[in-house]
Amino acid sequence: MPKLVFLATDIVLYLLLAAMAFYAWHALRTPTLRQAWRAVASDSAAMSAAVVLGAFLLVAVLDSFHYRPRLPAAPGVAAGAPVAYSTQTLSVLDALLAGPREAREKTYSVPLGTHQYSKESMLVGGKMIRDFPRLQFGGPHLKDTGRDWIGDLVRRSAAGLAGGALAAATLWLAVAALRARGTGVGIRESLRAIRHKTTYIPWRAMLLTAAALALFVGWVAALWPWYHVFGTDQTGNDILFQAIKSVRTALVIGSLATLATLPFAIVFGILAGYYKGRVDDVIQYIYTVLSSIPSVLLIAAFVLMIQVFIDKNPQMFETGVERADVRLFLLSAILGITGWASLARLLRAETLKLTELEYVQAARAFGVSDAGIMRRHILPNVMHVVLIVAVLDFSGLVLYEAVLSYVGVGVDPSTNSFGTMINSARTELARDPLVWWNLLAAFAFMVTLVLAVQLFASAVREAFDPRSRAFRPHRAKPAAGRARGAVTEAP
Amino acid sequence: MLRIENLTTDLDSDSGLVRAVDALSLTIERGETFALVGESGCGKSMAALSILRLLPDSGRVSAGSVHVDGIDITQLPEARMRDIRGRRVSIIFQEPSTSLNPVMTVGRQITEVIERHTALRGPAAVEKAVDWLRRVGIAEPERRINDYPFQMSGGQKQRVMIAIALAADPDIVIADEPTTALDVTIQAQILELLVKLQASQQMAMLLITHDLAIVAQVAQRVAMMYAGQIVEVAEAKEFFARPSHPYAVNLFEALPDTSKRGRRLASIPGSVPTLNQQFTGCRFAERCGNVTDRCRSAPPPLVEYRPGHAVRCVLYQGVTPAEAVERVSNKDAALPPSSATGDTVLEVRDYRVWFPIRKGLFKRTVGHVKAVDGVSFTLAAGRTLALVGESGSGKTTVGKAVLQLLRNTARISGSARLAGVPLETMHGEALRCARRTAQIVFQDPFASLDPRMRVREILEEGVASLRPDVAPGERAERVVALLERVGMRSDVLTRYPHEFSGGQRQRLAIARALAVEPKLIVADEPTSALDVSVQAQILNLLQQLQYELAVAYLFITHNFGVVEYLAHEIAVMKEGRLVETGSAEQILNRPQHEYTRTLLAAVPRLSRA
Amino acid sequence: MISYIIRRIAYGVLILIGVNLFTFVLFFTVNTPDDMARMNIGGKRVSPDAIEKWKVERGYDKPLLWNASAPGADKLTNTIFFDRSVQLFAFDFGSSDSGRDIGYEIRQRVGPSIAVAVPTFLLGLFVVIVFSLLLVFFRNTYLEFWGFAIAVFMMAISSLFYILIGQFLFSKLLKLVPISGFAGGTDLIVFLALPVLIGIVSRLGAEALFYRTMFLEEIGRDYVRTARAKGLSETAVLFRHVLRNALLPILTSTVAVLPLLFLGALIMESFFGIPGLGSYTIDAINAQDFAIVRSMVFVGSLLYIIGLILTDISYTVADPRIRLS
Repeated sequence: MPKLVFLATDIVLYLLLAAMAFYAWHALRTPTLRQAWRAVASDSAAMSAAVVLGAFLLVAVLDSFHYRPRLPAAPGVAAGAPVAYSTQTLSVLDALLAGPREAREKTYSVPLGTHQYSKESMLVGGKMIRDFPRLQFGGPHLKDTGRDWIGDLVRRSAAGLAGGALAAATLWLAVAALRARGTGVGIRESLRAIRHKTTYIPWRAMLLTAAALALFVGWVAALWPWYHVFGTDQTGNDILFQAIKSVRTALVIGSLATLATLPFAIVFGILAGYYKGRVDDVIQYIYTVLSSIPSVLLIAAFVLMIQVFIDKNPQMFETGVERADVRLFLLSAILGITGWASLARLLRAETLKLTELEYVQAARAFGVSDAGIMRRHILPNVMHVVLIVAVLDFSGLVLYEAVLSYVGVGVDPSTNSFGTMINSARTELARDPLVWWNLLAAFAFMVTLVLAVQLFASAVREAFDPRSRAFRPHRAKPAAGRARGAVTEAP
Repeated sequence: MLRIENLTTDLDSDSGLVRAVDALSLTIERGETFALVGESGCGKSMAALSILRLLPDSGRVSAGSVHVDGIDITQLPEARMRDIRGRRVSIIFQEPSTSLNPVMTVGRQITEVIERHTALRGPAAVEKAVDWLRRVGIAEPERRINDYPFQMSGGQKQRVMIAIALAADPDIVIADEPTTALDVTIQAQILELLVKLQASQQMAMLLITHDLAIVAQVAQRVAMMYAGQIVEVAEAKEFFARPSHPYAVNLFEALPDTSKRGRRLASIPGSVPTLNQQFTGCRFAERCGNVTDRCRSAPPPLVEYRPGHAVRCVLYQGVTPAEAVERVSNKDAALPPSSATGDTVLEVRDYRVWFPIRKGLFKRTVGHVKAVDGVSFTLAAGRTLALVGESGSGKTTVGKAVLQLLRNTARISGSARLAGVPLETMHGEALRCARRTAQIVFQDPFASLDPRMRVREILEEGVASLRPDVAPGERAERVVALLERVGMRSDVLTRYPHEFSGGQRQRLAIARALAVEPKLIVADEPTSALDVSVQAQILNLLQQLQYELAVAYLFITHNFGVVEYLAHEIAVMKEGRLVETGSAEQILNRPQHEYTRTLLAAVPRLSRA
Repeated sequence: MISYIIRRIAYGVLILIGVNLFTFVLFFTVNTPDDMARMNIGGKRVSPDAIEKWKVERGYDKPLLWNASAPGADKLTNTIFFDRSVQLFAFDFGSSDSGRDIGYEIRQRVGPSIAVAVPTFLLGLFVVIVFSLLLVFFRNTYLEFWGFAIAVFMMAISSLFYILIGQFLFSKLLKLVPISGFAGGTDLIVFLALPVLIGIVSRLGAEALFYRTMFLEEIGRDYVRTARAKGLSETAVLFRHVLRNALLPILTSTVAVLPLLFLGALIMESFFGIPGLGSYTIDAINAQDFAIVRSMVFVGSLLYIIGLILTDISYTVADPRIRLS
């Protein structure tokens, strides 16, 4: 049995998933919430984004079960001796991707390359020559790289893509069959409905996204055991592996930091809006002070403090991963503590509006206590604002992490994150010859993640704030009728 | 002049395609005032916007034509249409406070029209604008022309709006509820101004309103709309003398006024159908007392059954007119006499509610807004005291202060005794007890019920809070009984407020107030957000409840029709003070105070006797 | 109106006092000067003597708030709080932990910072307003749809990518401008062109969408319908009516942008080697120089509050409702 390790962020992540499950159950039982989420579920961009997010979430969850493997008993140790565990904390994802994780080269190599990116002195047939050495894990099975490389690549890619296509097709049929059973139509009819986009849930868009994802995964799966798909970095580590590991960091920062803002924002926002007067003055003062300090500096100050704390108490953390995780956890908390002002301001404004509403006054006339009014009438009616802001802020926090890591107040340098990847890309772009794949991988993963979050977030906003629906861009409908107002005049 | 044929407007909404205006046809001659009346949502305002092609993004005119002097303006390219707007056809909107650009001087907003449509430029245009301001009755126009809208009163803003609409001498002006947002005295002045200007400019006017009394005062011809269609068209005199469509007939009967005191109002059951459906029969069938199978089988056409008088009703097809009118006459029911006991429920003495004005860095109180400044009245069980006044007179503040809802925000002095017990000195448990005796019904049925609570929770909240002694089982029983009392079925308990119409919500709000068996209900404009037909239902209900429960109403309103209909006593309020208090009969027939007389004179009435 | 502005300034000072107290608590009570010394000297085993020496050199050996051993008024003034916090209000920043005069550094570096920040801000505002107005003008057409899609995509890209790719493209590949550096005179433009351009582009997506919402919100208002009913052209409606009114909320939102500007300056300056306050701050964070970070917190908040007050003033000028009442 390995020793299970529960990192602070792991636990919070589990709790978050549990909370999401609870919310889903609650939303299903509440007609207004169900209706709003149904609107989200009918938005094709949002649901495609949800498919992508689901994949990212799966990666993050796999990367959140940690353990320390048991070390093989050293020879000559008595049978009853305490079991020794590795000093390395691994996750399930690490175990699944053990190959790429351990496939370490000496230094840079291009994506899918077979040779190192820089020359080295080598002893070939007794002679010292300077050449590009073969990679240990990049196409080691090829005899003559010049001749076999392309063919091998094409063959394996084709196999991988075919596998991906097969998986996608299976999924497509499975969805159609399940839908057919659910709605009581034939499977043929169900397939047609999906193809012609007549289903309420945009299955076609979701399945197309899933298919693209499956093709990519299939391709990677076919090539990764034999090549570094996205190349290697300066110390020879596989870039794709790092990019995948960065996903968890991004999601943890985004969700934990958002979560950390909520208690402050909700409590202070509602109190200020409800009691007005002096309470309002004090709370406004606090958040104006907080928001007048440039956030980078505020975070930098906090992070320097944590660093002092971590350095002073090294005995509290058994492994490097735990130490890095505490920093990640505290960084998220700091982002929360420093970032609640804007949400609090929104909630205050919303509460001010609500307290003037007649149902709140009616509750007062019934002698319902202030706490009761805030809990029963105000809080449920501002939750949509909280939800909208939380999903909108999420992507901003992912982007922010990169900047903070660059400034040097982000995650621990040993933690994989998009920020650390971009950070190293800075010198790589200045190199000659240039190293571009690190930046490309970080860019591709990050943009996909952030874009998916944003698309999902905007659908959530439209569903929960009907006013914002008016701001959605519409492509001109051809021949939408004559004599429309000036508004729709095409220039 | 203006000829509209088959105008049909569709709106894309969340609930599907809504046909807001359905095959509307009418003609207006030069110098004529044509009134389009109907309740909210009947499509009258959409019709106005369709004519000018100013529909919101989601709307479009899907059929029909609008001819101005023989040109079909629905077919014009947008650039040509702009020459029509403001120059040939212009419009006055309902809400003067939002319809003017807040950061532009009124002068600039007027000259903009002049420069767009006439040859006048610069000083000449300004001179013309000053002239218009004078004509719409703004004093010192040379100075006021540089004012911003926020520096003007509501009435003045509407005058500016009129000046903007008329500045380029249009042939046709559409007045979309031009006086609805204004106080009754201002309302009279603005109407008078409109009529005067219309006559002097020889314009055609399309007056859009929900207020039959206004129509009676100014219109020459009337079209009544219901659920997107015109249901009756006639000369104004003919229309008021001989309303024909069952809807029109009942609407007149539903209007509260003095003559109907002591009788139940004719209320039209149900509410207007939603317009996102295909109608296979008459749209009024579900609410009509004269409904027959014929009504449901095919949509009735608009038939001219007397010269110049057309009705969309099967009753008038193929029968003689006299008979038809006979058939839709209304059955009145006398109300039982009020069960007043004479015990004083509420006694207010020298009440003052001052809102502090805070200024400066430390929000020191530098003065007070004296919203209520020395008000005294008494109210007995089973009686209704109407507190009337214009906006800003402090009438709502009185109601809220009496219920101790303003304790934290205002300085309150004087005394209010509820069933003999002074309210101001009460705290905690005593105040809770007092709250059982006094409850409130608000104006806006859409804001007065928490959208995230089910009906059961809404109704039980008060009981749970004020009557913790009532066991949960008994509480549930009581809630069901309450619903019955306000005329709703108990299967609504698990539903949410948004599933109900305005009238139903107001019933729920009344049920909530009754849940704790109060002796006094402060009714704060309880019907002003409702249409006349629904208002009648609520007024009937309130009177019924008063008879059954001997509850006293402090009825806060600006609607004189309602006051005349149900008040026992009247208190007229102006600028925080009561100018006159007395029995309804005395105040309405022999007003002593100048202000009361002005108010009463300004109220538009159906018959100008 | 004057009294309004004076009130805002007084409030600004009050906020600054709050910031000051907050940073003092954060820097001196959460961590003791001993911790700072240990971190600065480095290494796990630092002798107490070395710590004491480090503290004395920098004046951190004094008591925090109350110097009981000092005579008279010095009881209050001869403390860390007075030296390090109260003195900030006199713009006396003291010396950094490495012994340099912070005030001097700030004075030297303010110029270059402003040279980057002001053009970025003003040109950026202009570009964003033009872009979002175009989106609004072409609404319900394919142009809007694609403009919107591009803006959403741009929003998903980290500003670091813009800098890295911009530098690579314009400096390394096209060799149009130097990669980094700073010089006065006409060279200034050469050195500033790229940072300013990137500063604008990296904010364009998010802000254009935000401003577009503001414009659309205004367009839905009644007075716009009135303007259309006058027969005005769509351009006139947009520029004469909508723009003026939408500028008011936009003005308020620029305050929200000011801290971002600071953040932008931070990374921009360090990437482009501009000797401004941003790169100074980053260097200080990396060197863990608490004295500089503390001073920069003060300066940063001061700039923010000045921005706040300037916004208030421009708001009063732009909105007749405030100007005239």
